[in-house]
Amino acid sequence: MSFVSPIRRKGLALTAALMLGAAPGVLAAATPADTLVIAQKFDDIVSIDPAEAFEFSGSDMLNNIYDTLIEIDPATGHLTPGLAESWSVDADGLTYRFKIRSGETFHSGNPVTAEAAAWSIQRAVKLNKTPAFILTQFGFTPENVAEKVRAEGDTVILVTDKPFAPTFVYNCLTANIASAVDKDLVLANEKDGDLGYEWMKSNSAGSGAYKLVSYKPSEAYLLEARGPYWRGEAGLKRVFVRFVPEPAAQRLLVEKGDVDLARNLSTVDYEGIASNQDLKAIDDLAGYIFYVSANQKKEIFQNPKVLEAIRYLIDYEGMANSFLKGEFIPHQAFLPRGYLGALEETPYSLNVEKAKSLLAEAGVGPFTTTISVRNSQDRVEMATALQATFAQAGITLEIKQGTGAEVLGDYRARNHDLTLQSWGPDYPDPHTNAATFAYNPDNSDEAKLGGLLAWRNAYEPGEVQKLAEAAVVELDEAKRIELYHQAQRLHRDTSPFFPMFQSMKRSAARANVQNFYSGGTVDSAAYWLVTK
Amino acid sequence: MSVSDTLDPPRRSRLWSLLRRSLGLVLTLAVTFIGLLFVTFIIARVVPIDPVLAVVGERATEAQIVAAREALGLDQPLWQQFAIYVQNAMTGDLGTSIRTRTPVAEDIARFFPATLELATLATVFGVLFGVPAGVLAATRPGTWVDQLVRLIGLAGYSMPVFWLGLMGLLLFYGILNWVGGPGRLDSGFEMMYEFDVPRVTGMILIDTTLAGKWDILRNALSHIILPAGILAYYSMAYISRMTRSFMMNELSQEYVTTARVKGMPEWRVVWVHALKNVMVPLITVIALSYANLLEGSVLTETVFAWPGLGLYITNALLSNDMPAVLGGTVVVGMVFVAINMFSDVLYRLVDPRAK
Repeated sequence: MSFVSPIRRKGLALTAALMLGAAPGVLAAATPADTLVIAQKFDDIVSIDPAEAFEFSGSDMLNNIYDTLIEIDPATGHLTPGLAESWSVDADGLTYRFKIRSGETFHSGNPVTAEAAAWSIQRAVKLNKTPAFILTQFGFTPENVAEKVRAEGDTVILVTDKPFAPTFVYNCLTANIASAVDKDLVLANEKDGDLGYEWMKSNSAGSGAYKLVSYKPSEAYLLEARGPYWRGEAGLKRVFVRFVPEPAAQRLLVEKGDVDLARNLSTVDYEGIASNQDLKAIDDLAGYIFYVSANQKKEIFQNPKVLEAIRYLIDYEGMANSFLKGEFIPHQAFLPRGYLGALEETPYSLNVEKAKSLLAEAGVGPFTTTISVRNSQDRVEMATALQATFAQAGITLEIKQGTGAEVLGDYRARNHDLTLQSWGPDYPDPHTNAATFAYNPDNSDEAKLGGLLAWRNAYEPGEVQKLAEAAVVELDEAKRIELYHQAQRLHRDTSPFFPMFQSMKRSAARANVQNFYSGGTVDSAAYWLVTK
Repeated sequence: MSVSDTLDPPRRSRLWSLLRRSLGLVLTLAVTFIGLLFVTFIIARVVPIDPVLAVVGERATEAQIVAAREALGLDQPLWQQFAIYVQNAMTGDLGTSIRTRTPVAEDIARFFPATLELATLATVFGVLFGVPAGVLAATRPGTWVDQLVRLIGLAGYSMPVFWLGLMGLLLFYGILNWVGGPGRLDSGFEMMYEFDVPRVTGMILIDTTLAGKWDILRNALSHIILPAGILAYYSMAYISRMTRSFMMNELSQEYVTTARVKGMPEWRVVWVHALKNVMVPLITVIALSYANLLEGSVLTETVFAWPGLGLYITNALLSNDMPAVLGGTVVVGMVFVAINMFSDVLYRLVDPRAK
């Protein structure tokens, strides 16, 4: 059949040429020795400006590019000097003083000064992007911040509007938003008084262990070590983070050694690598809490017996041991484990009979309600499990799925009945969650406090809020912890919130990768310690 | 005296018809473009999702939401927003992506070449294998060759691309080590490409060839071959089925019988005479298949971490990044129009009657 060959021969020849050409490339598949190559799903990043960045993957990036006055020690999780070598609080409980290290520079070579550090905080407050509340809760406003946060010589002076627990102030200052940015460089790129906001969308101006060399959203970013500075020298010269959305693809890449670290493995993939000698699994608690909450604008959810019944209609253990295995652990308090004062007890478990009798006591017959849930697999599975157990007590649960923004829009507008949600803490202090789960200064619709979870559920925290308010100004740490314990118990037993799970972070690294620190519950990833 | 007066009547009428055709084309393009903008714009506005929430996130206060709404111009009346959008789009400004914070046009310029490269290679493979397979099947209807082509085509239609992609990766990358893994390059080469290769087209295969970086080119080939092969399989399944039915039809024509009777060699009858006539409808099929791939095949791009247009638009859609969705849709629409025009041109080359 030689007459078919002209075309087919060309096709085969081309394929053969491509395959042959491809083959030698495959041999060079190992990662460069001086580079940490990471596969990560980082499309949650919407900003790389520390004044605005607020997402988990963005925090991982910025933690390696910027420094804060006070840092969290990756090894111990405790506060440790950052750009400030020492700090103190005056007897008035309002004035904090941070002495800046001498001789440090930004990546541009500009000196790190108290002036630049103070200006960075002023900038974040003036730009007033979403995470600005971490700073403005100390009474800073765009108008007064230049006076409240200022530099005197080599010292940054910060004056709060009332006395707070000092650990609260320090913990907040470890957040990304308090990062020192290179004032001169940013101002040189300012446009129409925007404090460099436009420029910072795609550039960095930090003093951290790595400088940003290139950032291509949803594709890759590259960090390069700056050389020796106060942290010492980074273990590896470069960090290259590749966007790999599919967990199975991440697993293949790390198994083949084409990446050193895979950051988002599914349970199946995670279990799949357990026996692989070339890899090690890295299992960490993450700060996310998954919870169900009930809107107390609906009359039925104002009944404490109904709320209590719901607490007994959730199969915490059943879910955690089946389809959520390894990705979540049961958790029933508003503070995630790992946080100061977090409550680890889980007194509630599935008890349909008890729930039924509670509903009977409440005088509530069978009823129908909806649960709004984001259309991701694990959440829908959770909602389906809830639907099954609720049905056993005569509650018909209709599942209303939507995209993240759709469900959130409904939630913020207080239009839901029940909703299945998650919450990740914003800064490493217990007040971050207390201030949203247990704080609602004005429950009226007009107040529009959509940023507060308590308001979204029309929950008036009363005593819980008082405990949380006392805790955030308590100077004694042991007493502060006790106050949070009380607040969490009362919240857990009386509020329309039903915390169910805390999430885990699952990574896998090549066996030769040492000292990778994912940040656990309270912090972000640190790459400068990694060697291989 | 005007120029047209000096031309003889037939030339004048040809010129006039050319002018009329060009005008018609421009008008069609403009109407398509505005219509496309209008439909996508309306869809983006009627979905019950507040695009501002995508920008400010879960924590924002009401004041921050209002500020963001104003900054995005979403507080303006709808018709005004649309007018501004059209006006900007005319100058190539498709707005700024909410998610990536870069101009959408810039994003698309970055993501589209990856899709273009993949889709082109896949279509080339699809045609190289699909057309001969279809012809073979048509010339031997009912034989094992025909059955085999049908079976392969059927499998191509029915296997989910996501599954096939993962299995392909597992086998050819994970176990056999024949091809590169997910992504367009290995990490080391990707960094080299980033800094050592000047961007001309954004297509790695072409840019590295122009720069003479053969090692990067080889690596890129090892990465593109599998996703392109998988897409080619689907494209081949379609093209071979269509070729078969066109060819069967053609082979029953009288001119074929005449040629055979006159003693023309069978291969010449099939591959020269019949195939040439099949080419006209086939061009439409190939163009459609190519345009389909150019939209970006979302699942393939997800499995292979391929930073292409499909992945870009899907991610944008999932995070309510409407400027990016609109921009991406407009570009896809334009690509469709362009490919249609291109296939029109090809018709004229292949079929003298269409001139």
